[in-house]
Amino acid sequence: MEDNILLQLNNISVIYSDVIQVLKGVSLVVRKKQIVSLLGSNGAGKTTTLKAISGLLKPENGKVTEGNIVYEGHGIHNSSPEQITRLGIIQVMEGRQPFKLLTVEENLRVGTATRWGKPYKKDLELVYHYFQPLVARKHRLAGFCSGGELQMLVMGRALMAQPKLLLLDEPSLGLAPFLVREIFEIVKRINEEQATTIMLVEQNANMALQIAHYGYVMENGKIMMEDEANRLRENPDVKEFYLGTASSGALKSYKDVKAYKRRKRWL
Amino acid sequence: MEFFFQLLIQGLSVGFLYALAALGFVMIFKSSSVLNFAHGDLLAMGAFFFLVFSLWWKLPIPIAFLMTLVGSFAMGFIIERLFLRPLIGESLILVIMLTVGLASMFKGLMLFIFGGNLFAYPEFLPQNLSIQLGNILIPPVYMATFIISILFLLLFGLFFKYSSQGIYMRSVADNQSAALSLGVHVRRVFALSWAIAALVCAMSGIILGIISGVNVHSISIIGLKVFPVVILGGLESIGGAIIGGIIIGLLETFTGGYISTSLREVVPYIVLVLILLVKPYGLFGLVEIERV
Ligand SMILES: Nc1ncnc2c1ncn2[C@@H]1O[C@H](COP(=O)(O)OP(=O)(O)OP(=O)(O)O)[C@@H](O)[C@H]1O
Ligand SMILES: [Mg+2]
Repeated sequence: MEDNILLQLNNISVIYSDVIQVLKGVSLVVRKKQIVSLLGSNGAGKTTTLKAISGLLKPENGKVTEGNIVYEGHGIHNSSPEQITRLGIIQVMEGRQPFKLLTVEENLRVGTATRWGKPYKKDLELVYHYFQPLVARKHRLAGFCSGGELQMLVMGRALMAQPKLLLLDEPSLGLAPFLVREIFEIVKRINEEQATTIMLVEQNANMALQIAHYGYVMENGKIMMEDEANRLRENPDVKEFYLGTASSGALKSYKDVKAYKRRKRWL
Repeated sequence: MEFFFQLLIQGLSVGFLYALAALGFVMIFKSSSVLNFAHGDLLAMGAFFFLVFSLWWKLPIPIAFLMTLVGSFAMGFIIERLFLRPLIGESLILVIMLTVGLASMFKGLMLFIFGGNLFAYPEFLPQNLSIQLGNILIPPVYMATFIISILFLLLFGLFFKYSSQGIYMRSVADNQSAALSLGVHVRRVFALSWAIAALVCAMSGIILGIISGVNVHSISIIGLKVFPVVILGGLESIGGAIIGGIIIGLLETFTGGYISTSLREVVPYIVLVLILLVKPYGLFGLVEIERV
């Protein structure tokens, strides 16, 4: 194995409740200090992939039934979330899940759970440095924060855990365009300045591929495509389905035919 | 007027006692959504721990007290490990039935060891603990009740508000899967909340023992009182449990003093029924914050 590989999924299958197969042989590689984007439409299995890595499948009655997940050379597909988080893998879940009855700062402090008893003042400063709007909200209940503030909160909370691998599930969901840009800007800075490896699940392929180094496209529980991010952005299929930038008329009608076939193949 | 103040003092001390007892109940419910029907038996077991240490083993009172704290904490931990943990993720009704079973089991065990007799602790409250306020005398028993309950309510209030472990516990109560995603050891939080619950129950049990003697039935029946208290205060809120406890305590005492002593025992449950009919989430129950 190359030694710049942080995480490797080898042909994994995931089944929920013993019967519902969602992932059907997914393989992917995440290299150290990179941002790897995982794209795909609704129900493709992106969230399931992240949960397989973070161990959060278990409470949902899901299981990795085939293949293996190797992180820093160790198989982690049978580990519990408590163990996996302590190895430095932290997932920021879809749909921002704040602790509503805790204040912003208390929410951040929950991020120290993997290293209870150790000092955390520096980490708080770091989080406030990246997410400045949170400073003024420190003592407000998270339940009363806006969507943008909450996205910063849940990402900051994860950062408190000093992750080596950060799994972000649709951070742009439901945010205004300027906020989306700001969030992605911060993700990129965290990646560069903290050397945090990031796996980024997104529907907003355009933004995701701008900051990512590498990308995977997933449909129906399988990886359909993978490439360097800048090459994926130029790929006509990706352009059409995820970037919504298919070019001029004649070409378009020709493409529609192909698109139909692709759609059938993918969905 | 004097009578009124006497009742007020008595009602408040009973109220704080109920609040302390309810704190344990609310903690378990908040962290793991388990309604603990063995609550009264935790009170009684705590009272008997202290009885064994102080009367049977004749340990100095502070040592006996300390050992009761440690013993009940450990007992709560063990109960969770042994009985509750295997049922994590099972349906709620199953878990509730388990606590009903535990209640009978613990009661049986205590009857087996101590019989149905009424025991009394050795006299240990100093007489000068009483306070004279004008014409009103607050006897040592009530002073002890105030001191112990307020001390522990304050202690755990601060623990939940400021300590990291307390914040982890609240995070589990708030959003369990989010807590799990950050590496909070959820099962450890469950165990800790049982341990703390057993500890505050033991404190309440000791107070009850000081006030009216130690007997399996008479103490464990007090466990039922937590239901009107938490229903009034809202199952989700510790502050609510305190206010609920004080209201029920006052109501009970004043009813006993001014109306009739036989009505005294019924009043809390009349309140329980009324509250459920009118305001089912309690006076201080959670109104879900909805925003996003
Ligand atoms: N707990 C579960 N039990 C059963 N099926 C599930 C469960 N969670 C997800 N699924 C199913 O697995 C499939 C993939 O879901 P997943 O959440 O991984 O998709 P996704 O790519 O993240 O979609 P989205 O973009 O909408 O978030 C869906 O068909 C979904 O219904
Ligand atoms: Mg998803």
